[in-house]
Amino acid sequence: MLTTPLCDLPTLAAMIPHGAKLAVPSENAGVAMAATRELVRRGVRNLHLICVPVGGLQADIMIGAGLVGTVETSAITLGEFGSAPRFAAALGQKQVRVVDATCPAIYAALQAAQKGIPFIPLRGLIGTDVLANHPDWKVIDNPFQADDPIVLLPAIRPDIALFHAPLADRNGNVFIGRWRELLTLAHAARQTLVTVEAITERDLMEDVDLSPGVIPALYVTAIAQVRQGAWPVRFGDHYPMDQEAVGRYVAAARTEVGFRDWLSGWLAGQPAQVPA
Amino acid sequence: MTVQYTSTELLISVIARLLSGCRHVVTGASSPIPGSAALLARELSGGTLHVNVLGSTRNNSFTNGGVELFDLAAQGRIDAFFLGGGQIDGAANINLVGTGRYPDLEVRWPGSFGSTYLYFLVPRVILFREEHSRRVMVPKVDFISAPGVSAPNTYRPGGPYKMVTGLGVFGFDRRRGRFRLESVHPGHTLQEILDNTGFEFDRDAEVPLTTPPEARVLQLLRSRIRGEIAEAYPRFAASLAN
Repeated sequence: MLTTPLCDLPTLAAMIPHGAKLAVPSENAGVAMAATRELVRRGVRNLHLICVPVGGLQADIMIGAGLVGTVETSAITLGEFGSAPRFAAALGQKQVRVVDATCPAIYAALQAAQKGIPFIPLRGLIGTDVLANHPDWKVIDNPFQADDPIVLLPAIRPDIALFHAPLADRNGNVFIGRWRELLTLAHAARQTLVTVEAITERDLMEDVDLSPGVIPALYVTAIAQVRQGAWPVRFGDHYPMDQEAVGRYVAAARTEVGFRDWLSGWLAGQPAQVPA
Repeated sequence: MTVQYTSTELLISVIARLLSGCRHVVTGASSPIPGSAALLARELSGGTLHVNVLGSTRNNSFTNGGVELFDLAAQGRIDAFFLGGGQIDGAANINLVGTGRYPDLEVRWPGSFGSTYLYFLVPRVILFREEHSRRVMVPKVDFISAPGVSAPNTYRPGGPYKMVTGLGVFGFDRRRGRFRLESVHPGHTLQEILDNTGFEFDRDAEVPLTTPPEARVLQLLRSRIRGEIAEAYPRFAASLAN
């Protein structure tokens, strides 16, 4: 039991067990890449990865490195760098199971967990192969209006939410700004693990300008300071994607051999290494 | 004097015209051309059009997280959105998941994103796919990420409005569930569209040419819009003329 939520990166990463239902945000919102490297280093296995609501470089690396048993997502893409090569390869070889969803369904199912309710209705979806192939979704008749079918989604309650944020204080409060899906994630998950660019000596809850964008310590299990913790992924307005680094990944990860080579170079870096 | 323009500039200007009269337009993931078109339409609207570009923070006013887009759509507060598809068929069904028999796909694409929901809820969904080939424009999609039309009792205020490709512009008749070719882009022909489309569509005997971008539009694209879109799509912006 920690007496303070502040810890180092390996301690934080060690809190994610094999088989965990792990929820992560999409690129720009604060992807905990340095923590992901620790997970790969530890050889965590059989994760149920929930991309909120889409995955990118992080998901592709985790799948390629064999950490993921099931990925639940609306899409996995490297954006302007094209399709996610290790995701496609792992699917082709049936090394990962994918539960195809759609962005609003992932948000809504997390909101159901946030409310502590078992399911939530959502518009759209009817007549799609996403619904037809989803293991959990059901169509019911709107009980308040005749002849109005509507889809119900069971709540998604992650074991762990993992993301990167700009700032935390020593009491465990985390500033997220307007990336409110991170607040939903923290509310929905049993545990929330956060890496941050900086730790402030102030109490964030006492700052009237910042506190509306804060996840209170109540929801936060552990915080580790990692400068450039989202690198090479873009981190909101704090830093852009490192195009050269991602380009190198994309070129290497076209083949299994190339990916393994890239991975060993990435893993050889220090846990909190700041790129030059 | 003939004004020179690129095919990308033509597509941006065509899409911007389709947004006239909208109050709020949103563009989604991997949508640099629609994003540029929405920003252009905002410039041309004199400031009456609200635009939200996913992937941007500067051109994005959402303060309630990723879910806000979908909540807005369900309330009817978004007038236009863009979807694409690895496959699109003649009934405007779109497939963003892959080819072959799901889940054992031959080729896997990224996934359905928000299409499975937004296609039902946004009144003007513009299908945009630059590649116009029989590989994309298929008789029937292998996987329905989102259907072009729905049963009468399905709640569906939204749906396909137009389709813009690298060869032309189509309208969509929701009652008949069919596309109608509205114009052919300069430098292309009706025969080329027929040869490269795997489904039947309606058309008049004479199909007009798509109107090229005006000089003022090109000037805006090459200055202001190029700079604005670079934040979310740096690689795309770098490829634009200036």
